[in-house]
Amino acid sequence: MEANRIIPDPAQVREELIQKYPAKVAKKRAKSIVINDPEIIPEVQANVRTVPGIITQRGCSYAGCKGVVLGPTRDIVNIVHGPIGCSFYAWLTRRNQTKPESLMDENYIPYCFSTDMQEENIVFGGEKKLKIAIQEAYDLFHPKSIAIFSTCPVGLIGDDVHAAAREMKEKFGDCNVFGFSCEGYRGVSQSAGHHIANNGVFKHMVGRDNTPSEGKFKLNLLGEYNIGGDAFEIERIFEKVGITLVASFSGNSTVRAIENSHTADLNVILCHRSINYMGDMMETKYGIPWMKVNFVGAESTAKSLRKIGEYFGDEKLKARIEAVIAEEAPKVKAVIEEILPRTKGKTAMLFVGGSRAHHYQDLFAELGMTTVAAGYEFAHRDDYEGREVLPKIKVDADSKNIEELKVVADPELYNPRKTEAELEALKEKGLEINGYEGMMKQMTKKSLVVDDLSHYESEKLIEIYKPDIFCAGIKEKYVVQKMGIPLKQLHSYDYGGPYTGFEGAVNFYKDIDRMVNNPVWKLIKAPWETAGNGKGGELAASYVTQ
Amino acid sequence: MLLRHTSKEVKVREGLTINPAKTCQPIGAMYAALGIHGCLPHSHGSQGCCSYHRSTLTRHYKEPVMAATSSFTEGASVFGGQANLLAAIDTIFAVYDPDIIAVHSTCLSETIGDDLQQITKKASDDGKIPEGKYVIYASTPSFVGSHVTGYSNMVAGIATQFAESTGVKKSQYNIIAGWMEPSDMREIKRLAKVMGINIVLFPDTSDVLDAPQTGKHVFYPKGGTTVEELKSSGDSLASLALGSISAEPAAIALEKKCKVPFETLDIPIGLTATDRFIMGISKVAGVTVPDEITADRGRLVDVMCDMEQYLHGKRVALFGDPDQILPLTEFLLDLGMKPVHIVSGTPGQKFEKQMRQLLDERSPETNFKSGLQADMFLLHQWMKNEPVDLLIGNTYGKYMARDEDIPFIRFGFPILDRIGHSYFPNIGYSGSLRLLEKILNAIMDRQDRDALEEKFELVM
Ligand code: SF4
Ligand code: SF4
Repeated sequence: MEANRIIPDPAQVREELIQKYPAKVAKKRAKSIVINDPEIIPEVQANVRTVPGIITQRGCSYAGCKGVVLGPTRDIVNIVHGPIGCSFYAWLTRRNQTKPESLMDENYIPYCFSTDMQEENIVFGGEKKLKIAIQEAYDLFHPKSIAIFSTCPVGLIGDDVHAAAREMKEKFGDCNVFGFSCEGYRGVSQSAGHHIANNGVFKHMVGRDNTPSEGKFKLNLLGEYNIGGDAFEIERIFEKVGITLVASFSGNSTVRAIENSHTADLNVILCHRSINYMGDMMETKYGIPWMKVNFVGAESTAKSLRKIGEYFGDEKLKARIEAVIAEEAPKVKAVIEEILPRTKGKTAMLFVGGSRAHHYQDLFAELGMTTVAAGYEFAHRDDYEGREVLPKIKVDADSKNIEELKVVADPELYNPRKTEAELEALKEKGLEINGYEGMMKQMTKKSLVVDDLSHYESEKLIEIYKPDIFCAGIKEKYVVQKMGIPLKQLHSYDYGGPYTGFEGAVNFYKDIDRMVNNPVWKLIKAPWETAGNGKGGELAASYVTQ
Repeated sequence: MLLRHTSKEVKVREGLTINPAKTCQPIGAMYAALGIHGCLPHSHGSQGCCSYHRSTLTRHYKEPVMAATSSFTEGASVFGGQANLLAAIDTIFAVYDPDIIAVHSTCLSETIGDDLQQITKKASDDGKIPEGKYVIYASTPSFVGSHVTGYSNMVAGIATQFAESTGVKKSQYNIIAGWMEPSDMREIKRLAKVMGINIVLFPDTSDVLDAPQTGKHVFYPKGGTTVEELKSSGDSLASLALGSISAEPAAIALEKKCKVPFETLDIPIGLTATDRFIMGISKVAGVTVPDEITADRGRLVDVMCDMEQYLHGKRVALFGDPDQILPLTEFLLDLGMKPVHIVSGTPGQKFEKQMRQLLDERSPETNFKSGLQADMFLLHQWMKNEPVDLLIGNTYGKYMARDEDIPFIRFGFPILDRIGHSYFPNIGYSGSLRLLEKILNAIMDRQDRDALEEKFELVM
C-alpha cells in the first residue's frame, strides 16, 4: 500500500494551471477550475466555448449526434451529408457493440455512408446529390430507416436536408427518412449534437409503433451506448431479475424498439448529459417518469436495481432483485478482496465525457482509490452541481441556436405512470424522480474540478499530483503514458470491457490492478541511466534468477 | 457476416459512397506538419475535425499527436474565422511555444472563404508572430481530392514558405517524402547515407511519431526536418520527389521558387521501384552504388526466387493510396502474383494513366477504379464475383477478409489494430523483404490451416 500522500493545496494548483495563459484566457479558464466542497457546491463554468488555440479534448456537434446517440442503433442507414472525412472518422471507432438476432436481421453498423461532397456540390448545392444517395441506399438495402446528418459546410451552403428527407420518405412510403442539422459548428462541443439527436429521435421515431409491449416491469435504458458490451451486461441482469427492457437509447438497439419505447413505464438514465432531454420530453408527452441510475460499479448497480424495485413497488420483484444481488456479490467480493491491497490508497484523475468522469469514481472508490481531480469534456453545470441549478443557468448565444422542442401531453397516449401522491411517496423513500445530483456532491472536499481540461492543464496536473492513473480518451492516452503514468481510456475502454454491472466491475478491478501495478512502469529507465552512464566498474556476473 | 448487406450485383452509384477508401485533406496536412521539427499543426475550422484527425493519427501511431484548433462556433461560421485564428495564434505561442504553427483549412473555413494567406499576413503585420517563429499555411478543402492531397498541399506549402536560395548551391539533395511511415523515412535516410549523399528529407516524422518512452512527454520531439534544413532546400543541387501525387507538387514549387531541378520517382516499395530509386540517386548525384546495397537487393531477389511457388498466380485484391499502391502493384506483378482488383478513393489523372499503363502491359484483365465511388463496397462486390487469395489494405479491410475468409495484410493508412508500420519499413530492399515475408506468412499460414491432415507439410 502507498504511503499517505500529501494532497497539494488546490488553490495554489489553480494558480499554477492558469499562470501561463494570456490574461484574457486565464480569466476565462479560472472560472472553470474550482475547488470542491460537497457541502456548499461552488459554481463551475461549463458548456462555454473553448478558447481558440487551446488544445482541447472536445469534438463537435456532429460527433455527439451521429457518433454518440444515433450511431449505436444497428438498423438505420446513417448517411453523412458532407465531404468524406466526417463520415470516415466516425466509422466503427466508437465500439458500439450490437447483436442482431439472426443473420437475416439488418445491421449497418459496420458500414460507412457518405455523400462525399465535391467542389461542385459546395458551389451549386448538394441537395440533388443527397437525394440520389438516399435513393441509392434505399434501392440497395431497403432499410426501415435512413437518417441524414449535416456536416459543417452543409448548413452554410443552405442545403435543406429536412426537405430532402421528407420528399424521399413520401416517395418510398415504407422507409422513414429524417435529417439532423448537426453541423459541427453548432454549440460548443458534442453536447449540442446530443440535444439535436434527442430532438430528432423524439420527433421522428418515438411513438411510431403503438403495439403494447409485453412484460410486467417495463423500462427503457437511456444514455447507454453499449461500448465494450456494457448494455449486454445490463441486459443480462435485467433478464435475471425479470425486468423487461423495451428500448435502449441506443446501445444494441433497433428502430422498432425505439419506436415502441413510449409503451414502457419507466425511463432510467445512465448518461444524463447526452439523453436527459429525452427523459423530460417523454415524461411530458407520455407521462413516463425518469430516474437517474448508475450501473458502473458493483455497489452502484445494486443500488440502482433496488431503486428500480422501489419504483415498481412490487415485493416479488424486490425479492428477486435481492436474490440476484446476493448471487452476484460473492464473485465480485472475491476479486476485490484479492486486489484491494494492491490498489488501496492510490489516486486517480478522471477527465472525460459528460457522465463517465462521475460514474467511474464509484469503481475507483470500490478499489480504495481516491479521485483527486475530475471534470467533464462537454457537460453542463447541472452535471457538476446537480439539476437544482438548472433555473440559474443562463442560456447563451451558442445554446440558443439549438432548438428546444415544444412538447405537450399527447391527447391519446399521455398516461401518467404514477400519480402525484405516488411520486411524493417515492420521494419520501429517497427515490429521486427526474433528478440528478451531479458529480460534485460525491467528491471530497478540496478535490479539484476542472471543466474542458486543456492539454496544458493536464500535463500540469500530472506533474503536481503524480496520480497513479489518469482517465481520459485516445488523444490523451499516449501523452500521459509517455509521462510514465498509465491512462485508462473511458471512451473506448482500451478495447476492453464491459465495465457495467457485476461482471463489469470485476473486469474493471482487474484492468486497473494490471495497469497501476504493471512492471513496465519500472522499466522505463535504462540501467545505465540510473547507474551513472560510463562510470565503469567491475564486471560481475548477473543472471535473471538473481 | 459483418458486411451482410453487400450484394454481389454491382450497380453504378452516383450519389452514395459506401465504405470509403480515402479520407479528407486536413489529416494529411496534419501528418505532414508533424514532420517539421518544433511545429504545431493547427486546424482552422470547428474543433470536431481536429479532434477526429488527432484521434485517427493517434490510433494509427499509438503516440501523442498534438494539434490545435480555431474552435469555430456559429458566429465564426457566419462572420469568418479571422478573429478565431488570430486569437489562436496568440494563445498557441503563449502556451505551447512552438517554432512553427502550420495552419491548414477545413471544409468549413474553405466554404466560408477564409483566406489563410491574408490572415497569416495580418498576424505577422500585427506583431503576433514572435521573432524567429513562423506561421505557415496550406489550403486543404476536403471536397477536393483526399487525405493524400492534403498531405501534398502541406508539403508544397512547407517548400514554398521556407525554401530560400542564397545563390550559392550546397552539396546536398532534397528528398521529398511522399506519404510514408516514420520507419520508411528513417530507411530513406539510412539509404542516402549508405549511398554517400547529403540529403534534406522533408517531411520527416521519424523520431516524432515513433518517439521512445522516457518517462517524459516531449511536446516537440527530437525528430522532424528543421527550419534551417528547410531553408537550405532552396540551395540543394536537385530534388527527388517520391510519389507523383503526394510529393511532386512540392518539387515543382521548389523548382519554381528556387530553380532546384527535380525528378519524380515512385515510393520505393518493391524490387523495381527500389531499383529506380537507387539508380535515381546514383544518376543525380553521380555516385556509385555500394556493395552493401547490391547485397541488400540480392537478398530480396533470393527470397523471390526461393519462394516463387507460393506466390505464383495468387490472386490479390488491394486498396489504398495511389503513390503506395502503384509500386505495390508492380511488386506483386514482379512476384508473379495477380492483382485482380484495385481500388483507390483518391482521384488523379496521372495516377490513373500510370496504373492503366502498368496493368495494360502486364495484367489487362485487372479491375481498377479510382476517385469517386471507388470504395471498399465496390471492391468487396468485385471480390464476391471474382474471389481472391489475399487482400491488402488498411485496417478496415479486416471486415471483408473475415466475411470472405481470406488472408489479409495490413498496408496503408490507417492501421488501427496492429503495430509495426511505424517501426519497420516497407520500402527499400529490406523493407520490401519484410513486406514479402508478410505476404508469404499470410499465404502459407492459410495453406497450413486448410491442409488435409495427410497433406500437412513440415518443410515448406
Ligand atoms: S468537415 Fe471536412 S475537414 Fe472536417 S472532418 Fe469533415 S471532411 Fe474533414
Ligand atoms: S466538419 Fe464539422 S461536422 Fe465534420 S468533423 Fe468537422 S466539426 Fe464535425
